[in-house]
Amino acid sequence: MSDRVILRIGAKVLIPFILIFALYVQFHGDFGPGGGFQAGVIFAAAFILYALVYGLENADRVLPPTVVYVCAAVGVMIYAGTGVLTLFLGGEFLDYNVLAHAPEHGQELGIMLVELGVVTTVFGVMVAVFHAFAGRGRVER
Amino acid sequence: MAGIYSFLSALLFTTLDAVDVAFTEASVGAGISTVLMLGALALVGKDCKPRTRPAILPLFVVVVTGLVLVYGTMDMPPFGNPDNPIHHHVAPRYIEDSFEETGVPNIVTSVLASYRGYDTMGETTVIFTAVVGVLLLLARGRKASGAEPGGARAIREAAGGATGGAGPVGSAPGGGPPSGGTPGRGPAGTAPGAPRQREREEEGGPSDE
Repeated sequence: MSDRVILRIGAKVLIPFILIFALYVQFHGDFGPGGGFQAGVIFAAAFILYALVYGLENADRVLPPTVVYVCAAVGVMIYAGTGVLTLFLGGEFLDYNVLAHAPEHGQELGIMLVELGVVTTVFGVMVAVFHAFAGRGRVER
Repeated sequence: MAGIYSFLSALLFTTLDAVDVAFTEASVGAGISTVLMLGALALVGKDCKPRTRPAILPLFVVVVTGLVLVYGTMDMPPFGNPDNPIHHHVAPRYIEDSFEETGVPNIVTSVLASYRGYDTMGETTVIFTAVVGVLLLLARGRKASGAEPGGARAIREAAGGATGGAGPVGSAPGGGPPSGGTPGRGPAGTAPGAPRQREREEEGGPSDE
């Protein structure tokens, strides 16, 4: 598919906006619709689009599969780590009130951390699954 | 087809003022799922094993399940009634107090990440488990078939034929060294089921060609 000029240029134009939109969805999730799950999927969609248009080899160079796997695991670790952190700070598991001086700020910080974990995991998982599907056919044929 | 369905349900959710759910449905259901489904289709090819006898039993099971589900909806409270129990349990607290308690204007986000933090962590773990399952099934097969195409393929066919997709046990015996150490969080995940199905279909596919 790499000889289709319109596709290549179109993807090149679109991908930055998709990434920015994913970040917007992530950090604006407190105020509008959106959140970690959606942002992770959109962020992954940008890389999947890149892999679809430019081929899996180039996508591998941009984002090695190892990084993706690590992302998927680290996200869960961030989420659970937030819970453990609140345990150490004297609260209950995932009790964000103790994270900052005021309970509301603690809640906001906790939600942000947790969403960060979610977005990392979802991004890693989506790209990894796509990679597993696409990479399998490539090697066998 | 599934993509169209997802977009339609996203529109439905938007009509019901559930923008967050609509967002998720549009991005996951219509976006990623369609890509993955196309990838799976490209993987398995268009040939499949010819079916020898008509599937009476599956049809029966599907019809009975559908009837039971429809019967179950008869006991549900009328749609949109403000006296429904769902509007009186925890929803008022979320709507009235969540901004003071969490400082986050979007109720969905505060419920998802704060009040229901355990659930969301479970969901994240489920997604993580899904990728572990997919990688166990697909990535391992890729490496094995790259190294020794005939032998690994025969092993996988034997495993697939013996268990018949009965459970995750079928994929376990052939596990390579890296797969043995991964934490099998829960075999009950829905995600590992789907790739196994595809893998079985795929084994039927290329052998016909």
